[in-house]
Amino acid sequence: MSETLTVPETVILEVFRYRPEVESEPTFDSFEVPFHPEWMILDALNYIKDDLDGSLSYRWACRMGVCGSCGMLANGQPVLTCATYLESLLPGPIRIEPLEGFPVIRDLVGDIGDFMNKLSDVKAWLIRDEEKPVEDGEYLQTPSQLDDYKQYSMCINCMLCYSACPVYRLEPEFIGPAAIALAQRYNLDSRDEGAEERMDVLSQHDGIWGCTLVGECTEVCPKGVDPAGAIQRYKVSATMDYFKSLLMPRSSS
Amino acid sequence: MKRSREPIIWVLFGGGGMASALFLPVLILVLFIALPLGWVQSAPIDDLQWLVRHPLTRLGLIVFVMLCLFHWAHRFRYTLYDGLQLSHLNEVIAVLTYGMAMVGTVVGAYLIWGVG
Repeated sequence: MSETLTVPETVILEVFRYRPEVESEPTFDSFEVPFHPEWMILDALNYIKDDLDGSLSYRWACRMGVCGSCGMLANGQPVLTCATYLESLLPGPIRIEPLEGFPVIRDLVGDIGDFMNKLSDVKAWLIRDEEKPVEDGEYLQTPSQLDDYKQYSMCINCMLCYSACPVYRLEPEFIGPAAIALAQRYNLDSRDEGAEERMDVLSQHDGIWGCTLVGECTEVCPKGVDPAGAIQRYKVSATMDYFKSLLMPRSSS
Repeated sequence: MKRSREPIIWVLFGGGGMASALFLPVLILVLFIALPLGWVQSAPIDDLQWLVRHPLTRLGLIVFVMLCLFHWAHRFRYTLYDGLQLSHLNEVIAVLTYGMAMVGTVVGAYLIWGVG
């Protein structure tokens, strides 16, 4: 089977390097790594770090597509390096760069502080007007209530969508795809009562209205979250809310 | 916190996208291709004139023209704003694009009301 295919012995990785203590401008280092059909890009990076250059810096943890920390650009495409076969990028050289839109701290590691702040700006957690006492038991939910938000809860905060979003790269104030999708995840949760609070942030220009529906976020999402769809759905709710408050100014504060 | 007034524009944009996608190809096909080429038989001219002169038809056409123009304006505004990276001219661009849509709507209304 595999004998009939021409499998290369090695593949070249051109890796983005930035070591602020030795260089003022980023450079690229080429590494020749062994090729295995079962290797992901992350396996090749780990090979570089273990055997070729221990100083290479990058984030990773679970190597199974759930922690969301190993997002990088492979030949310009935002991908999870733990879920992208080397084979899919043959014959190489394969260019590995940090995600776009995040200031580079070192090598492939970007500063994600902006995204973390946005997650708290949109209050991406369950909000209750009043918590019921523990003795009263769980907040029950039907399977169809779960389905309302389940898709958005699949987000792993890998930030590929931010890297792919042209609006975010032009206007870093834009709240961006994942944070809006996660806000929707809680808005659509039957246990949540925080939609009104989130609306104040989301209905700003830098919230949903910054989105021009390019749709790249949904293209690159490794978990099928469809942030672009979440944003468009939210535009509909925000618009209804806006006209409702125009027609009935006293009913909403 | 002050909420964006964007919903008004977005409704016009969305409505225009929907209306132009649904009706424009049909109108162009029927009025400008099928009828002149004789693919379909025209209804009696009296019936057509009655239809065009009916106030509801005129109103519908004016709304249709307005929606199409606002759809164009919004799209073109963001083409300039993001595409050409002219975000510092945001206000000028908005006034020009939506202004042109408004002027176009008035001109369209004038023409449609004068037909027949």
